[in-house]
Formats: sequence, structure tokens, C-alpha cells
Amino acid sequence: MAKTEIAEAKPSVGLFVTCLVDLIRPSVGFAAVKLLEEAGCKVEVPRAQTCCGQPAYNSGDKKDAHELALNTIAAFEGYDYVVAPSGSCAGMLSHHYPELLGDNPETAERAHAFAKKAHELVSFLVDVRGIKKVDIKYSGRVTYHDSCAGLRELGIKDQPRKLLKSIQGLKLQEMDEAEICCGFGGTFCIKYPDISNAIVEKKTANITASKSDCLLAGDLGCLMNMAGKLSREGRQMDVRHVAEVLAGMTDEPAIGANGGES
Amino acid sequence: MSGAEDRQSILDAIRSALHPKGDDTARKQAVRERLTSHPSNLVPRRGKASGDARLKLFIETLEGQSAKVSRAKSANDIPDIVAAYLRESNLPAEFRTGSDELFDRIPWDKTPALTRHQGRGQGSDAVTMSRARSAAAETGTLFLTSGEENPTTLNFLPDTHIMIISKQDILGSYEDAWNALRDIYGARTLPRAVNLVSGPSRTADIEQIIVMGAHGPRRLHVIIVG
Amino acid sequence: MKPQSRAFKTNATQALTNEPLKKALGGIKHGFVANRARARANLPEFEQLRDEAKAVKEHTLAHLDLYLEEYEKKVTASGGHVHWAPTASDAREAILKICQDAGAKTVTKGKTMIGEEIAINDYLEDAGITPVETDLGEYLIQIRNEAPSHIIAPAIHLTKDQVEADFRKLHTSLPYDRVLEEPAQLVAEARKMLREQFLAADVGITGANLLIAETGTSVIVTNEGNGDLTQCLPRVHIVIASIEKTVPTLEDANTILRVLARSATGQECSTYTTFTTGPKRPEDPDGPEEYHVVLLDNGRTEMLGSEFHDMLRCIRCGACMNHCPVYGAVGGHAYGWVYPGPMGAVLTPSLIGIDEAGHLPNASTFCGRCEAVCPMRIPLPKMMRHYREREYEKGNTPHRYKLGLKLWAFAAKRYRLYQALTGLAIPLMARFGKRSGRFRTIPLAGGWTRHRDLPAPQGKTFQQLWREKEAKS
Repeated sequence: MAKTEIAEAKPSVGLFVTCLVDLIRPSVGFAAVKLLEEAGCKVEVPRAQTCCGQPAYNSGDKKDAHELALNTIAAFEGYDYVVAPSGSCAGMLSHHYPELLGDNPETAERAHAFAKKAHELVSFLVDVRGIKKVDIKYSGRVTYHDSCAGLRELGIKDQPRKLLKSIQGLKLQEMDEAEICCGFGGTFCIKYPDISNAIVEKKTANITASKSDCLLAGDLGCLMNMAGKLSREGRQMDVRHVAEVLAGMTDEPAIGANGGES
Repeated sequence: MSGAEDRQSILDAIRSALHPKGDDTARKQAVRERLTSHPSNLVPRRGKASGDARLKLFIETLEGQSAKVSRAKSANDIPDIVAAYLRESNLPAEFRTGSDELFDRIPWDKTPALTRHQGRGQGSDAVTMSRARSAAAETGTLFLTSGEENPTTLNFLPDTHIMIISKQDILGSYEDAWNALRDIYGARTLPRAVNLVSGPSRTADIEQIIVMGAHGPRRLHVIIVG
Repeated sequence: MKPQSRAFKTNATQALTNEPLKKALGGIKHGFVANRARARANLPEFEQLRDEAKAVKEHTLAHLDLYLEEYEKKVTASGGHVHWAPTASDAREAILKICQDAGAKTVTKGKTMIGEEIAINDYLEDAGITPVETDLGEYLIQIRNEAPSHIIAPAIHLTKDQVEADFRKLHTSLPYDRVLEEPAQLVAEARKMLREQFLAADVGITGANLLIAETGTSVIVTNEGNGDLTQCLPRVHIVIASIEKTVPTLEDANTILRVLARSATGQECSTYTTFTTGPKRPEDPDGPEEYHVVLLDNGRTEMLGSEFHDMLRCIRCGACMNHCPVYGAVGGHAYGWVYPGPMGAVLTPSLIGIDEAGHLPNASTFCGRCEAVCPMRIPLPKMMRHYREREYEKGNTPHRYKLGLKLWAFAAKRYRLYQALTGLAIPLMARFGKRSGRFRTIPLAGGWTRHRDLPAPQGKTFQQLWREKEAKS
């Protein structure tokens, strides 16, 4: 990580792991910790976190979403920042909590204060910590999918590209329609599997046409969807969370790949 | 329910949804103010072009919308331009206009081959001609008004529509063009129909492929005078 | 039309294997989407104009009763008649009565979504009056007895081969061996056939993109000119419009028009924008002798002031559906009623009820592209979520899905329990998936694994590994 002017006192960051990273791909969590520490932050992982409540919120279960939101806010009291390796979860924390908790002035105020300190990982590194480059090497051609919530709720577009382009040996090959949804949509892919499939088929066609060897994105949900489809189609393509590449932690098998073969 | 009850029920439903308390003074004031002063919202910069830049924008935008544009130094030049155009396009040398005094000022007998008919549009008209009252350069749009001078049917029934506009009537924005019409017709009144035309008729309803001449004119020829 | 929205899932699945439909929908990307992007890039003030257009409608809605009264006053003063229709059936009756009073046999129609909403064609036909759609797209679907599949391009789902076959079947007065290969030939034939109808019609019905209170004017926006022939040739012109189409002034109309065509087709402006005020005047050589406006409520006043209030800003440009991945996959008919895509996912349940249209607000990935392109900045995903909340409260959420959600939420609210459970289950699952790194089938996740593999967990959970690491240091 480049040495930049970092404030004297290290800001404290509570890592919001996100449930998918916690359960499916902890290596993304460790990559996030490494990147945050290199950006001069003191990182902790509060134990009392589970899920941001988005599945309940988007399913119309406002009551459970409400309780989960309050639990999450309580778990991160006292940190300067809350950072999540996911645009979707970060969008929930920073955009939807204030809406969800807006009915009551007391919870509204807490939600607003919380929202202000909640960030997605890569945009936090670039926009808040002023990171301009990462000092690692990588050999290969990658393509980057803009996950919807990160792109449209949080404006994450240039930040990951800026850092990726700073990596020695990495070639970024843009795919067509990088900004179009991969069809994951949280519970959507379970409720409407056939439509979701039609959407991800278009996505994997674009990914394949980009002639890259590795697909990156900032959200594990989308990545699992695209990796699962690519593997079902028999395509040879590594799929990784962008944090893994930025942290130089690509020793782990790629998403959906086994240790021996990939 | 009777008509009056239907009317009242809709208005009551709106009122109860909007302001259960029922004090209307401020709302009424706001509405009166907006209707009488009709404040302008944001006008894009392209609507504020003037002089040659405005004329250029008007012509380029209109041509981009598949219209043909010609320039006439004065009304005297119009017959030759029209005759040449009809000849080149393999069209009959006759056309129909309304009673606009402009058409009386044009020396049609200069070009004896041309025949001018008068009246409202007919289903069989091949070529018609109208005068546009104003135009907005911002989107290459001409404003035509209904009436005996330029019957509305002339704008839509023919295969080929020729429009005459004076250079000084080409304004920058929609706002400018409407204000010109307000000057002619008065505040809060409009002629029966104002047609904003920005090119020949078209459709893309079959496989999103653009085809000219869906129901209205296949060709639009705009002659700028002055 | 009778809503088919309950069958969304079945309809959608069928649509996914409909090859002509897939081809037709594939064209949207290079058409509407690319053109909108170009139009937006050509107008630096576009984003500001969106804010202004939104503000115009917000102001209008907050004063809607007063503007409607002003509008009516001006229509009446110009010699027109306003008919207030609280429901679709009131509107149908009013329209039929005007047609019958005019002794109408045929009625030409410009494109009107309100006409579709109130199903006016069937109603007129039952009363012995022949409605003739004149917008080419509407004509194509009328002869197939289909509903529109897009609000501005009703026949976007059809290919030219299908149109050719329909024309040969219908236009039997023309020689069968005529060449009908190119869209231009098909358009020319429709022009010819419809021209006779325009000249013969007794009544013309159009919709309205805007109603202007300042002048009592109705505005239609078209590219074909069919709406104009519909309204200037017959003896009677009927405008059908819903109450939220109102704007205060010509200036406000300008602002909406500046974003409408650019968002819809990507044109700087549509070919024809027509402002109509009242019937033919004494000195006019053409135009209708009677001018009627049927103002429809049909559920809009219930949306006013509710969490669906913002939907009333919609100007029916279709940008939301052009940019929607779900619409792009299944097309408009799957939505099962008049309004498809994201705007339909909000408007349809508002107009026909959430019980009937429950699928629509659920069938969204919440990718947010609809809101991002909406010229009126309508928060469509947020309102779809509100409908999901209503469904959940009403108990309409499928039982198994709700149970799963409840169990998950129960655990997620208790982090010790959650971490204990996941700490057991995840390493176990990881062991099963270790060999290939993914699962090809998995119990209870059939929806996922029918089409794609499920990546296996790496091993322990992050929480486990982090606590282990902390304990060591």
C-alpha cells in the first residue's frame, strides 16, 4: 500500500463482515482487514454482528429488519467508521437504515449518525483514506462487474478501477454492460430462478467475451451467482472478490473452485 | 352518480388526501400566481443561442431529424425553390395552401408551371404548404397554428409538406416560441391547435427500424425566408 | 383486459423460451437505451431538467384539485366539455354516450394507455361501435387481439415476419403476391389501409401526455402523426386522460417535454407535439365540432398522499422498462396487465390491487436502474418494497418462504445462537464441498442449483477464524 498522508491518530474501523463473507468466503474478510490496516486504520471485528437485515427488509418483513438494524447499530457504537466489503450491505447501512428507522425520532437520529460513518470497503479506501495505489504485483487480465447497489446507491465505479490499474502486471479488460445487473437480486434468484438465470446468462456471455482470466466484483452475492453460472457452463474463469486481488491474497482457490484444480 | 357528483367526489378525494385541515388560502394564492406569471423553468443553454449560432442549430437539428432545409433570400425566391424541389423529387407541380397573406405575397406566376390550390387538406393531397408562426432552435421545432390561414389538415394529410418560416420567427427556446404566440393570441388563450413539428412522420414500431411516412408526411421541406 | 398478473411466473417462464420475443427484446439495447444515452450526453442540463420536471409535478400534485378546476374552467371557456370519471366504468359509460350521441359507427384511436386501462375497445365493440387503432404498434396488436407489451412501443415483441403474416391474413383486398419483406413495405401498407379509416371515422379518441391548466389544453406526443389525424378529421374528438396528467403552464409543459422524448425514444423531441384547445372555432376550416375530455381517477386519488404518491409523477416514457433486466428477459406480456416493467410493478397493484398483482413488485432484483433513468426520479424500488411490506403484513408472502425468513431472522437476532449454528453447519458444508469447490445440487436450494452451481464455503466461518486468531495473539 502506498504511503500517503494518514492522520496521526489511527481511526478505528469496525469491520462489518457481512453474512456471506462470514459463512462462505472468510478470506475476503481477512483481505479487507489487511487493506484497512495498511490504510492506517485500527480494525476490530465486533462479535455481536450477524446480518444487516436486508433479506428481511426486501421481503417486506419490516419488524425483523428493524430489530436487526438496531442490533447492528448497537454492535458498532464507538467506532469511527463501519466498513463492509459489500456495496449492497453498505448501502443498506448507509441508505436504508435511516429510512427503515425514520419513523421514530430517537432511532432516526441513531440511524443517521450510523449511516454517516458506514462505508463500502474500496470506496472507503479511496475516498476517505485517500489511497491512490496498491503496491503489489499480479499477472493476468481481469474484468470488473459493477454490482448494482454499490454502483447506483453509493457511486462506486472509478474507485476499484483506479486501484486495480495501479497493480503491476494487471490488465483490466472492460466487459460490455458491466453496469447491468447479474440477476442475483438477493432473494430474487430464489423466488424467480428462471428469470434470474436468463439475466445471468447474458452476464456470463459478456464476461466470457471480455477474454479475461479473472472476474472481479465487490459483492459476494453477485460473485457467487456469476461463479456458479460460469462453472455450470464449464467455463475456465477465476472469480474473486476485488479485495482479494487488491490485498494480494490470491492464494486461496477462487470462488467455486477447488484447491487442486484451479 | 350524476356528473356533478362525480366531479365533487374526485375533488373531495383529492382535498382530503392533500390537506385534511382545509385552509386553502395559501394554495389558492400559489396557483393564481403560477398561472398568471407562468414563470420559466430552466432553459437549456442550447435554447439561448442567438444570431447565426441559433440559425445553425435550428438547421442542423432539423436536418438531423430528416427534414430538408432551404434558404430563400426573399419571398420572391420561393417559387423557384419550390418548383425545383418538386421537379427533383418527381412530384406534381401543384400544392395546396391556406389563406395566409404570405402566400398572396409570393409571386407564383413567376414560375408558370406551379399550380396553387387553396383550402383545407384532402386525403388525396400530394403536396401542401404551410407557414409556421414561430420556431424553437433548441430542438429544430416549428410551431404551426390552426385556422383558415393554415388549416391543420394540411400538416398531416399530404405525402410532402413544405413549410415556410421567416428567419426572424426562428427563436431560441420553446419559451420564446410560446411567448411569440402569446403576443399574437393573448394571455391564457391559444388557437384550437398548435402543432409542434420537428421532421417528417416516422415510426419504429416494426423491429425498431425507423421508417418515414407512417401516417403523416413522408417528406418535410422547410424554407427559411430572409 | 382481465388481469393475468397472478400467472406472472408461468407467463415469464414461457416468455423465456419464446425466440422471436428474445430477438425483439435484444434490440432494445441498441435502440432505446443507446439513443437515450446519446440524447442525455447531448444536453448538459439533463440532470437539472429532471429535477425541475420532478418539481413541476410535485407542485402540481400538491395543488391538484385547484389546477383541475382551472383546467376545467378553461376547457369549458374554449367550448369543450369535461367529464369526470371516478372509475373505469364511469369513463367507459361517458365515452360510449358521447359516441352514441354522435351516431358513431367507427371510432379511430390514437395511442392511449388509459384506453387500455379502461378496456374501451371491447366496451365499444360490444355496443356495436368499431374502434380502429391507428398507431402502427397498436394496430399490429389490435389485429392479433393482444395487449400492448410496452407503453410506448406496444408491438415491440413482434418480428416483421409475424407482421407480414398478419397483414396477408387481414388485408385480403390486396394481391396476395405483393412483396412485404421490409418494414417500409409493411408501413406503407398500413398507411394505405388506415388512411381510409381516418377519413371515414365519426369519432376520434386520443390520450393526452399533458393537460395544461393555464390554457385548458391537451397535449399529445407522437412520431407517426396518427394522433393528429385522429383528432382533426372526425366530427367529435374525445380525450381520455387521468387526473395526474395536469401541469400548470406552458412553461411547465416545456420542462416535461424536454425530458420526455429523450428518456423515451432518445429523440431530442418527438416529431409531433400537438396542443389542442377546444373544438373547431367559427373561422376554422377543419377540426372537430365537439371536444370532450374524460378525466379519469380510477384509484389515483387513493395513491395521492400515500406511500405511492410519487408514482403519480410518472410521464409514461418507458425508460424504466427499457433499462430493466427483468423486463428485458421476459417482455411486457408476462406482467399480465396494461402496465409492464418497473412502473407497472408499482402502478398495477395500485390500480387492480396487490392480491391480483402480488408478483409484480416481487419480480425485481432491485438493481435500481429504473430509478436511475426515470426522468421524474420516481423511487420505484422503494415503492415495490412498500408493496412487499403490505403483502407481508397481509400474509400473502408464500408460507415456506416466510417460514425460512422467520427462522433465519430468529437466529440472526441472537448473535451467539447464530454463530454457534453457523459455526457447526458451515464447516460441515465446506467438508462436503471440498473436493470440487462447489455443489451441483443441494437440498432446499433447487431454485439456485437448477441453473447454476453453488460455490462451497471455504471452511470455518470468519467469526471462528477471527476469534481463533485473537486467542493466539
